[in-house]
Amino acid sequence: MALQNVPVKSKKSAAKAAKKKTPKALPLPKELLIRMHSLMVKARVLEERLIKIYKNGDAYFWIGSPGEEAFGVPLGLLADKGQGPQHDYLHLHYRGTPTLTAMGMPMIDSIRLIMNKATDTSTGGRNFCNHYCFPQWNVVPVSSPIEVQYGTAMGTAHVQRRTKGSRGISIVTGGDAGTAEGDFASAMIWASRPGRELPMLMTVQNNQWGISTDYKSQHGETNIVDRAKAFHIRTQIVNGNDPIESYLILSQEMEYIRKTRKPVMIEARVSRLYGHSSATGANLIPEEDCLLDFEKLLLKNGVLEEKTAKKVWTDYADEAREAQDQARTEAAPQGDTVWENVYANGENADWRKF
Amino acid sequence: MASMAQAIRMALHFAEENMGLKDVFGQDVGAPLGGVFTATQGLKTAWNTPLDERGIISMATGIAMTGERCVAEIQFADYIFNTMDLLKIAGNTNWVSNGNYTLPMVVMTPVGAGIRGSVYHSHSFDAWASRLPGWKVVMPSNAREAYGLLLAAIDDPNPVLFLKPKALMRVRGDELIPGEPADQKELKNRIDAPLGDTRHKWRPQWPALEELKIKIGEARVTREGDQLTVVSYGRHLLMCNKVADDLKADGHSVEIIDLRSIYPYDWQAIKKSVSKTRKVLFVNEDTEVTNFAEHLAYRVTQEMFYQLDAAPRVLAGKNLPGIGLHPNLEENSVPQNHDIENACRELIAEMP
Ligand SMILES: Cc1ncc(C[n+]2csc(CCOP(=O)(O)OP(=O)(O)O)c2C)c(N)n1
Repeated sequence: MALQNVPVKSKKSAAKAAKKKTPKALPLPKELLIRMHSLMVKARVLEERLIKIYKNGDAYFWIGSPGEEAFGVPLGLLADKGQGPQHDYLHLHYRGTPTLTAMGMPMIDSIRLIMNKATDTSTGGRNFCNHYCFPQWNVVPVSSPIEVQYGTAMGTAHVQRRTKGSRGISIVTGGDAGTAEGDFASAMIWASRPGRELPMLMTVQNNQWGISTDYKSQHGETNIVDRAKAFHIRTQIVNGNDPIESYLILSQEMEYIRKTRKPVMIEARVSRLYGHSSATGANLIPEEDCLLDFEKLLLKNGVLEEKTAKKVWTDYADEAREAQDQARTEAAPQGDTVWENVYANGENADWRKF
Repeated sequence: MASMAQAIRMALHFAEENMGLKDVFGQDVGAPLGGVFTATQGLKTAWNTPLDERGIISMATGIAMTGERCVAEIQFADYIFNTMDLLKIAGNTNWVSNGNYTLPMVVMTPVGAGIRGSVYHSHSFDAWASRLPGWKVVMPSNAREAYGLLLAAIDDPNPVLFLKPKALMRVRGDELIPGEPADQKELKNRIDAPLGDTRHKWRPQWPALEELKIKIGEARVTREGDQLTVVSYGRHLLMCNKVADDLKADGHSVEIIDLRSIYPYDWQAIKKSVSKTRKVLFVNEDTEVTNFAEHLAYRVTQEMFYQLDAAPRVLAGKNLPGIGLHPNLEENSVPQNHDIENACRELIAEMP
């Protein structure tokens, strides 16, 4: 990813760079803005394709990320992808499509996953949509139980902390309602032990909902990140509908973690455009749309032209449809493979064969 | 001879020196205490965690996700229950990722009654653990076995639950661990921390230990006999051995199998023995309803029905909410020597 390492270190230097290349109002290089727009469209088109696949009856369940692209894409662009503790670990929840799209995930990987194909490299047809796993990029398996990823992130961060020369960090994402789980408290406690702080980026994508339960009815705290302050964890609240703000703050905070090896918690205010999941209908709900707003902004500022913008959408729509057509032709997992990979290295785990 | 606590300590030391073990952690596991049973005393990689069992299992899982080996401790199995879903995740991670992430982690925890531990220091976990697919589960019955099984557990690429029979932690074995000084006093002087405040400065003088790995999934016969097979593990294995010895004086011949691995289990060893004796008793102290031994008894019934001279029997803890503190209560809750002996005598006497 050519732009992954765009040297934007802080708001100030980013603003300086922007002066040269883009209109005043947009403090990021033009190519980056175009790239972010393109990736946001790609993630959105992919998710909308996943919803169609579900509604066509080609998948049993959909859950995903429309409305979180403005935060998820910058996160993926800024992640240091690779394998092992020198690179970042990603402990994502079930809304990770924008982040993985930005990291370079081909659409077809996501489509094979939702269609439970044998070719699904994340789970081999074993798990839900958006339950990604990419070991080559340290993307550990997404697990359905809410908030457990905050705990496993402590473990990878612990190893990164003691790995010589590592600038790798452990990135963990989750929703607002899930922060009521004990694992969220565990992460704050373990990440902030004096002298043993962990290089963790904890993010909370606050969409104001936990399925049908609204934020206000369950949260006595003003902001979720206020809780981190008690542990002297550095915090930020970002407008997660604004990809520029998200990019600037994420790049600044991720750099802080890489350098200091200390944790940061970021609360991103995001939208939930198709409801919780297919269980709640997966229909478009009018909320602030980060992608349409961003596109308007880029058009207004002359960063994008109407024609090119349209083409971005149609090209990705074609790619998504072709990926679906391809996945449709691929084999399903065979029933007799259920015993595979219970244990490592092909060891038998079926008691009938002990 | 080493106690089981010393054996575990020596195994962990061997692993940190020779097997790349970098993290041994849990509540009070690091200095100065080195674990409530002193099983982690003097280890350079041992560290104290917050009092957070979910955090401990999560930490172990995360470390294992990087491919590093670790040993985490839950101070008492009684406190492992709030981590059940995390244990499930550790067990399903390799499977659900279709082989992308194997987790080479070990969780050890003291189990069982026998030390007057009352309601919350007497729980067993073997039956629960047998319902955690993806895990291997082992339970040693003496110090040397503990050493060899723990090294095998650390070496294993899968999550392994190492159940420590807490009543045996201070019990000495009758076989030396490879490299262990023959003189018990010498061992104590070398590796037991002094009591009191000086502990902080104390350093152990480890003996030159050698590798011993006991293959997970392999049982061993501890008493040979031909009238009845008794299958057990942990502290009850020693009780079964004693009963077999006592019955021998009466002219009875009982074969005892130390299962050692609860999962995967050594079916071939059970089958071979029961083919010979035609009768089998399973003994453990977890609660009796949906006890792991019921699975074994079921299997014997299904696969060996026409070879049997008596119905397979399970002797386990009564299906009670807890173990009462008073000895009268505890002893009437989990199998005692006389319970095992009675069951053996009845089975030996039984005629089809
Ligand atoms: C431990 C656990 N409890 C309940 C659920 C069912 N569940 C799935 S998503 C969800 C709501 C999560 O809300 P939030 O954390 O705000 O994230 P969002 O889905 O809004 O992004 C619930 C209750 C679960 N998956 N795991």
